[in-house]
Amino acid sequence: MNQVVPAVEVRSLVNRFGHQIVHDELDMQIVHGEVFGIVGGSGSGKSVLLRTVLGLHAPRSGDVRIDGQSITELDSKSLLSVKRRYGVTFQHGALFSSLTVLENIELPMLEALGLPESVVRGLSVQKLRLVGLPDDAGMKFPAQLSGGMVKRAALARALALDPSLLFLDEPTAGLDPISAGHFDELLVYLKRMLGLTVVMVTHDLDTIYRTCDRIGVIVDGRMISGTLEDIVQHSHPWIREYFHGARSRAARGA
Amino acid sequence: MSLSVQVSSDGARLTILGRWTAAEAPDLLAAVDTLEMRRGKIELQDQLELLDLTGAFLLRRLERHAELAGCTLQWLTPRPELLGFTDTLNAEGAAAVPESAREPTIGVTLPLDRLGRWAVQGGEAIRNVVDFLGRMFSVVGAAVRRPTALRPRSILRQIYETGLQAFPIVALIAFLISVIVAYIGAQELKQFGAQLFVVDLVTTSVLRELGVLLTAIIVAGRSGSAFAAEIGAMKLNEEVDALRAIGLNPIEILVLPRVLGLIIALPLLTVIADAMGLAGGAVLSWLIVDIPFNQFLVRMQEAMAPTTFWAGLLKAPVFAFLIAMVGTYRGLQVRNTSRELGRLTTVAVVESIFLVLLADAIFAVIYWELDF
Repeated sequence: MNQVVPAVEVRSLVNRFGHQIVHDELDMQIVHGEVFGIVGGSGSGKSVLLRTVLGLHAPRSGDVRIDGQSITELDSKSLLSVKRRYGVTFQHGALFSSLTVLENIELPMLEALGLPESVVRGLSVQKLRLVGLPDDAGMKFPAQLSGGMVKRAALARALALDPSLLFLDEPTAGLDPISAGHFDELLVYLKRMLGLTVVMVTHDLDTIYRTCDRIGVIVDGRMISGTLEDIVQHSHPWIREYFHGARSRAARGA
Repeated sequence: MSLSVQVSSDGARLTILGRWTAAEAPDLLAAVDTLEMRRGKIELQDQLELLDLTGAFLLRRLERHAELAGCTLQWLTPRPELLGFTDTLNAEGAAAVPESAREPTIGVTLPLDRLGRWAVQGGEAIRNVVDFLGRMFSVVGAAVRRPTALRPRSILRQIYETGLQAFPIVALIAFLISVIVAYIGAQELKQFGAQLFVVDLVTTSVLRELGVLLTAIIVAGRSGSAFAAEIGAMKLNEEVDALRAIGLNPIEILVLPRVLGLIIALPLLTVIADAMGLAGGAVLSWLIVDIPFNQFLVRMQEAMAPTTFWAGLLKAPVFAFLIAMVGTYRGLQVRNTSRELGRLTTVAVVESIFLVLLADAIFAVIYWELDF
């Protein structure tokens, strides 16, 4: 069944803010088990698309389906069960600043799993190790972490309920190239070990080349998607500029 | 159904069935924990539909229970891959960090430790306050030579926000409080047939104390907290660092206009509060004690010493200075987290009200000594 129903499907999505048209009949399909990168210029509506798929933003029109269930039509209870199936990381981590890293990871577990705290503690430590954080980082508050550790902690919280689908908003933005590289490796590793489907908004060409199976480019309110090779060969001027500019050549050469 | 057990003569065979995922976690935990383990051989069989990391964690718990009970485990099918993965996770973690690196907390050392910490923190706090005052006055000193440093536009905005916008609430509260004072006073004084002295009571208490004190407390709650929150949010957003990097002095930009603005606004509000307080007294005297308005005015003139009005008003700039300094100081102390912001905003309000009351007590003693 999984092969037939796409993990995420967006159909004829329209988003408008005043006179500004962000999405104009945008379509997107994400298959189970792939890493899908969403690319686009600043203001092209990448984040709005992600927020729409997550159900944080109601679209003007169009349909969003996760595992075949339309999130615009579901009642709040079914919507919650859909939400439990995906994990999200936000651009700046969005860790709860008054909780320690472990407590951040435990929050969704305590809410959703119905397990005693002692068991949850074991699970959260496991998640901490899963993303490659040392155990003593668990007792720290988000403000005491470095940028790279914040991203990893946010990933651990996103993985708290063992989702099969992961949404990442600019997971490597603001990291130095080495940390970003490690994060890419971690992502590929987790995807292989846990069989994740990953949807990622990113600007980082290195991350795209290293992790993504397919790419969707938002241009003129629509999405052009395909494998990396397809997209690189595409004739659209913005895409040519993006993948054949000086920075892209450097990233591909590496 | 997640487990099926077949007991044989020398042990048992466990078949792991169905979905072992986070969604089924409570049932799985119950199944694992209620399983009775006896010494012997346990054969495990994997007939799983779905296994995720949470499921693997619980499966590992099952294995450990069996091992602790002294059973020998044997997988008839290949051991699930994810289970091996959790083993590597646990091994990595166990190697990386020792279990506990906490400081010893022995009963005898505890109070000493606290006392020392408290003394050091206290000393540091005093130094910080003196440092802040010093910076503030050096900016004031510089502003005397270079009046543009006073930023009249910012000061005006502060007067508008802390003064004009507080006008209705200050007026209302002053009116109500003086009605209450007059009412209670009238009841008590009636016993002596001295209801006329309600006017003296209202006039003196409102002008000398209540007007300015209430205004200061309202302003501390309204503007003291706003100062701390505004500046604290700017700190979190690194705006204060940005000011410094541009070469601007945050004290000059953020603190001085607020302090000066409030020093101007609070006396103005106090005058309003005094007027509304007297009006409240007059209304109540007329309604309850039958003192007509013109008689109230005459009696009020007699009750007032030349200094009564000024004794109250003089305190206003001092209170304003305290409130604004505490608010801005606590705002600038915010670091790193939004929790700090909330905590220090609360601290700013509590401290400024406390300092206002303390200053008021000191004023009372000074006025007494000076016979003011």
